[in-house]
Amino acid sequence: MSSRLQNILVPIIAVLLGVLVGTIIMIISGFDAVAGFVALWDGAFGESYFTGETVRQITPYILAGLAVAFAFRTGLFNIGVEGQLIVGWLAAVWVGVAFDLPKIIHLPLAVLAAAAAGAFWAFIPGFLKAKYRVHEVIVTIMLNYTALHITNYIIRTVLSEKSDRTESIAETASLRSPFFESLTDYSRMHWGIVIALICVFIMWFILERTTRGFELKAVGFNQHASDYAGMNVKRNIILSMVISGAFAGLAGAMEGLGTFGYASIKGGFTGVGFDGIAVALLGANSPIGIVLAAILFGSLKVGALNMPLQAGVPNELVDIIIALIVFFVASSYLIRLIIKRFSKKGVK
Amino acid sequence: MEYVIEMLNIRKEFPGIVANNNINLQVKKGEIHALLGENGAGKSTLMNVLFGLYQPEKGEIKVNGKAVNITNPNIANDLGIGMVHQHFMLIDKFTVTENIILGKEITSGGKIDMKKAENEVREISKRYGLSVDPQAKISDISVGMQQRVEILKTLYRGAEILIFDEPTAVLTPQEINELIQIMKTLIKEGKSIILITHKLKEIMEVCDQVTVIRKGEGIGTLNVKDTNPNELASLMVGREVTFKTTKKEANPKDKVLEINDLLVKDSRGIDAVKHLNLEIRQGEIVGIAGVDGNGQTELIEAITGLRKTAGGSIKLNGKEIGNLVTRKVTEAGVGHIPQDRHKHGLVLDFSIGENMVLQTYYQKPYSKYGVMNDKEIFVKAKSLIKEFDVRTPSEYTLARSLSGGNQQKAIIGREVDRNPDLLIAAQPTRGLDVGAIEFIHKRLIDQRDQGKAVLLLSFELEEIMNVSDRIAVIYEGEIIAIVDPKETTEQELGLLMAGSIEKKAGGMN
Repeated sequence: MSSRLQNILVPIIAVLLGVLVGTIIMIISGFDAVAGFVALWDGAFGESYFTGETVRQITPYILAGLAVAFAFRTGLFNIGVEGQLIVGWLAAVWVGVAFDLPKIIHLPLAVLAAAAAGAFWAFIPGFLKAKYRVHEVIVTIMLNYTALHITNYIIRTVLSEKSDRTESIAETASLRSPFFESLTDYSRMHWGIVIALICVFIMWFILERTTRGFELKAVGFNQHASDYAGMNVKRNIILSMVISGAFAGLAGAMEGLGTFGYASIKGGFTGVGFDGIAVALLGANSPIGIVLAAILFGSLKVGALNMPLQAGVPNELVDIIIALIVFFVASSYLIRLIIKRFSKKGVK
Repeated sequence: MEYVIEMLNIRKEFPGIVANNNINLQVKKGEIHALLGENGAGKSTLMNVLFGLYQPEKGEIKVNGKAVNITNPNIANDLGIGMVHQHFMLIDKFTVTENIILGKEITSGGKIDMKKAENEVREISKRYGLSVDPQAKISDISVGMQQRVEILKTLYRGAEILIFDEPTAVLTPQEINELIQIMKTLIKEGKSIILITHKLKEIMEVCDQVTVIRKGEGIGTLNVKDTNPNELASLMVGREVTFKTTKKEANPKDKVLEINDLLVKDSRGIDAVKHLNLEIRQGEIVGIAGVDGNGQTELIEAITGLRKTAGGSIKLNGKEIGNLVTRKVTEAGVGHIPQDRHKHGLVLDFSIGENMVLQTYYQKPYSKYGVMNDKEIFVKAKSLIKEFDVRTPSEYTLARSLSGGNQQKAIIGREVDRNPDLLIAAQPTRGLDVGAIEFIHKRLIDQRDQGKAVLLLSFELEEIMNVSDRIAVIYEGEIIAIVDPKETTEQELGLLMAGSIEKKAGGMN
């Protein structure tokens, strides 16, 4: 069996296994599995409102997945997407409330501010890795907490007077789309999905078409050979983190400028950044794979909200299914082994 | 005559390829039996079958005349089969004895009886003339000694049949002679040896019989007495091979590389290259001979910009290139065939085509306005693949899936094609078979004949003597002698490399 086909089969089988085990868990705990899945489907696509909400959820997932995957393709593990997303969110909202500009300037400025903030937040671990060989995983994890508490502080003391949220952003900085809203029965679906899809193309273009992408990938695969070939390994490591962080920052802009229109004090992480790791993993770090994985996870997340209402199944079950899918993708070695067994039998 | 090992009609398949087909290997008791074949001919597969790591699809294995089923390495051990690996499996921080008893510790009351173990090791060492100090730490002893520890390890476990996997690849000429003595002693004591190698000289010198494998097929077994290196080489490669590299007289012209008083520190900050002087002219090949770890790697890294120098100067065509970044050195006209092709030479997960432009990808026509031009890249790759006889299914194949020889040819194609004024070839034929070696030597000499300067680093004295026009001997970071390959002997070179004699005469130009 060709390795390409296997790369496509493995995630599909992982998803099926995740659903299968989820079903078993539902049955064991005495729930009606069929009703549960019907409710899940209805909750994601049953009405146009739900579909709109699903797309809204998919949008930041795509960007967070791109952020993780871009770093991964260049040999880095960016666990800090969550933190970069949070600072991006805040930067976008800050620009959104602080300025009074025409939309054609204000909105791009707010979006770019988010990308820049995420990029800066990722520059720190990139720089430390390139210059002092500090492992990026440790730094990015720490910076997630730093981002959370610093943004909370800024929201409380700078952007509001001891309130737990900022003002809403100016209409000129908003991604809200009356067109999408009317199309989807007044869901919160916004223009961000367009930005996300453009970024999918950008990631593909940078990695597959540009000279810089060639270098970034070379450094990711083999630093010694890149060094030998005269590439600037350190600069490429930093650049890779910066681009990854910019994607993560944009994911924050989706929430700040699209879904919510403000930034609020957070008791904990949004989880979108961490789910981005799962999206990238399931999508095999390829642009198209990430879109598909984001659609799956976004649908599961939104659809799950309907499960307690319609079928009496707790929506935490979907978290279990997502965890199982991630588990099965991570243990893809096992799945490959099973595929091998089966294809061998087929030959005999 | 009784056979200790018989492998009959062995067939081993992997998905898509037959690694071993119809191979017979019969080893008599008390003989040294060579297993000869090119890289990828199936030698390792066959030995892994014998060692229980692979199960053959067909065939029979007999040990001492009895049919056996070796399903894992422990069974092989119990049957008295021991392997001396090419890459030593030793723990640096442990002593010789600790390494040897690892996994077979002698304990009394839960405590290791180190005294007893040391005595046993000493006894075995004495019996086979190994003269290893049981209390020495592995990190303190030479590579040759470490190899003896590997031998001791198998003997300690009661091996009767020892498999040596390319044992001389890492040794100096003197150490090779000592190893040959040790092998002879082992035979005298009733052991049997299988020697995996592609060095014909060694086979002629120590072996009794030789079994040749080519492309997974057993070609046959010969008495070493009745054959000669030429016959063996053509059996192995499947065509006639010329050994003596034919070349015209060198015609050196202007200086290309001039190194003066060069100081380079290694990664630990210790002086690796000490006040080294060397020059290479257009139209000559200068070979650097030396035991591994005498500053060769650091010297080449310093020239190519991969390592900072701590003093002195490196001039290329009269211009200082010391401490320039690698790209500037490359653009100034230096080609570099690196010592470790997997670590430095290739990005294994890139296609062979992408690897062909690893030094030039950012230049026109491969890249315009920051965008890659795949069409140009793969057209170029295709022509290089053809010119340098790189055997690959296509230019889109991953470099990882090519054999070592073809990977090396790809690197050489890439570096030679840029037509550099100075071509540095560090161990360009390491681990390659006769056919590939012949090809690579020809290309190096071609470059010389076109008036380029070539710096050859090799641990194979034969290669150094055959290809170089001048030989610079490096010892502890200094060029201690420059000799003419036509006037020197391997013996003299070996002594120079070991620092046993100093010969400054005729030295520094």
